[in-house]
Amino acid sequence: MTAPDLIVAEPAHDPAPAASRTLRRPPKPELSAGQKKALRLARTLVWPAIVVAILVTQIPFLVTIYYSFQNWNLMRPGSRGFAGFDNYVTVFTGGAFMQSLSATVVITGSSIVLSVLIGLGIALLLNRKFFGQGLARTLVITPFLMMPAAAALIFKWSMLDANVGMVNWGLSVLGVDPVQWNTDFPALTVIMVLTWQYTPFMMLILLAGLQSQSKETLEAASVDGAGPIRSFLHMTLPHLRQYIELAVLLGGIMLLQVFDPIAIMTRGTGGTKTLSYLLYERAFVGLEIGEAAAYGVITVLLTIVVASVALRLLFKIFSSEGAKS
Amino acid sequence: MKRFEMTKSYSMKKRLALSAIAFSSVGVLLAGCSGAGGGAQQADGPVTLTLATVNNPQMKDMEELKGAFEDAHPDITVNFVAMEENDLRDAVTKDVATQGGQYDIVTVGSYEVPIWGQNDWLVDLGPLAEADTAYNVDDLLPPVREALTVDDSLFAVPFYGESSFLMYNKDMFAAAGLEMPTNPTWDEVAGFARTLKTDDVAGICLRGKPGWGELFAPLTTVVQTFGGSWFDEDWNAEVNSPEFTEAVQFYTDLVKDAGEADPVSTGFTECLNLFSQGNAAMWYDATSAAGPIEADGSAVAGKIGYVHAPVKETEESGWLWAWNLAIPKTSTQQDAAWEFVSWATSTEYINLVGTTLGWERVPPGSRTSTYENADYLAAAEAFAPITKDIMLGVNPTQPGVNPQPWVGIQYVTVPEFQDLGNQVSQDIADVFAGRDTVENVLNKGQELAQQAGDAQK
Repeated sequence: MTAPDLIVAEPAHDPAPAASRTLRRPPKPELSAGQKKALRLARTLVWPAIVVAILVTQIPFLVTIYYSFQNWNLMRPGSRGFAGFDNYVTVFTGGAFMQSLSATVVITGSSIVLSVLIGLGIALLLNRKFFGQGLARTLVITPFLMMPAAAALIFKWSMLDANVGMVNWGLSVLGVDPVQWNTDFPALTVIMVLTWQYTPFMMLILLAGLQSQSKETLEAASVDGAGPIRSFLHMTLPHLRQYIELAVLLGGIMLLQVFDPIAIMTRGTGGTKTLSYLLYERAFVGLEIGEAAAYGVITVLLTIVVASVALRLLFKIFSSEGAKS
Repeated sequence: MKRFEMTKSYSMKKRLALSAIAFSSVGVLLAGCSGAGGGAQQADGPVTLTLATVNNPQMKDMEELKGAFEDAHPDITVNFVAMEENDLRDAVTKDVATQGGQYDIVTVGSYEVPIWGQNDWLVDLGPLAEADTAYNVDDLLPPVREALTVDDSLFAVPFYGESSFLMYNKDMFAAAGLEMPTNPTWDEVAGFARTLKTDDVAGICLRGKPGWGELFAPLTTVVQTFGGSWFDEDWNAEVNSPEFTEAVQFYTDLVKDAGEADPVSTGFTECLNLFSQGNAAMWYDATSAAGPIEADGSAVAGKIGYVHAPVKETEESGWLWAWNLAIPKTSTQQDAAWEFVSWATSTEYINLVGTTLGWERVPPGSRTSTYENADYLAAAEAFAPITKDIMLGVNPTQPGVNPQPWVGIQYVTVPEFQDLGNQVSQDIADVFAGRDTVENVLNKGQELAQQAGDAQK
């Protein structure tokens, strides 16, 4: 069969949508039969790569979706079967989901805001020339290089321990009674650890932003009479906008998955049961594979929604402010 | 235009084909999961056994000594896969539940043994043990054996076992002019704790870290001796009963008034630290804690007294836990596996540990004969006799005031319990912090428990 035959054989379509499509797309040049053959070969050759890419990236998610429709508790081997939407009903009526969602928003949100603010402060300091700048930079980055579990253990045993912790010792010097961190302030404890760990990451991105700002612009601003605060607010901050966006986006993606400090320090108590910890509990403590999978699917959908809608909205606010100045 | 339509439908077909490929791969994957459940064929010639175990000192000793077994059985090699307790539970549950067949011998806690046995996942070791006269199955401590038996089938044999008792710092008691009875009540203990509490020293250390195996191990024994229980005889939840409530109120009040600081952070390890540094006057926990407390490096070695678990309404209130060896039905080397299991849980092995590694390292709480061994009694005289008394005194069939439909003391042997215990213990953390009341928390727990109870009816 030749190509022109194919075109003739195509059933007639409603011309209106096709016409509107041509408005958006420039007409394609007619291809000769040989070119088409080459194109088909080229496309065929791409398929294996696409299949592998789909297998590697999408299979786990498809399997998760399949599991989320199963009634499957590992300890009850006889009861496995199709559950319909039961698991999703449990997710939305159980009450744990909304609590966990708000815990995730609070912990992730405050950790990001705090670490961006502190990171910005440190980046501004490190952006100046001084003796031992390189060493200071390396030292400041260290918390981010530490394994999350190790960081959580250090905070649990050395920093925040009620009897021998350094923080309580420091407070006692100031005359403050020892604080029971995990018992009385679980969410704050987790936020502290995360902020400590992610500040260097934010700092690195923002420092890169600061160093890409041209000195001439700042000089010009000061010649025009702008003080350091005005030139920071109106020159540096707009320049840093895309770096802050990047830092918030990457930090958000990483912090959404945070697990170690919660598992090691607070065990999901007092508003620290984030989605990832809840999912772990459903799968490995509850042994409800189907329910855990349903939580997983909902989490992925939510993350996609947040990533595409909320972040775009956030960046729009940022960019309109940037345009004003 | 037409061409565009053509490529569109062409790509649609392709897309359909692609998703078909994707879905069929899911099928292949699932088939892979459910396969591989072999029968029990006995291989000839050299055999390699894979043993999944928990990475605690007694198990490491077993690995160190496995050479003695391999010398006596030149055809059998044993590979140890040691994991942290929670990882072991996850890995072995997944392997056994999906019929993976990766392990020939598994280390199973006494909570899981009856559940797995009922799921038909484990080989009944009873006939094998009884056929083997040298093994002397009647020497196994009766309460432990009872906890591992379901409908007359012995699904695992104990490697070592423990109960719970009250440890107290004799120096602190002498300094305050207090005397600890051998069988204290919880009211007496609470009185001592409140007297001995100072700014630097906790009156008593009690676990507060959430988890069915952390907080609810000691707390369930308190509930039992206060006359409460998780379920009545017909699996009706009793979590918000007056007795359960009183017990939890007592426990949380005691910790808040006279216990350790930051209870939500405090589990077994944290209490061990506190107590062995002399920062707590009493500690109610596992009998296995005595080993590290009396070891070199402990600030309180030799200064500690051991008495029975405090009681209220019952005679005895210690818990019962054992790490056991079991053979999954999916193992293809069951006879060789039993050879090793029977060796590792035998009197012969206990003597081997005593003579080569030292008598204080003997795995305790599995056999009656251990407590008749003069060498062991000499090495562990501070706590061995009382451990034996408690382990023989506890009754896993009816630990509380009322009869219960399961065998087990500080846990309920149903699959839903670890989830239930975990969630209620997380809510009790709010009580420690003053964010919630005991009544509220237990009313929530009652609903969860009723769901778990309904699943058993």
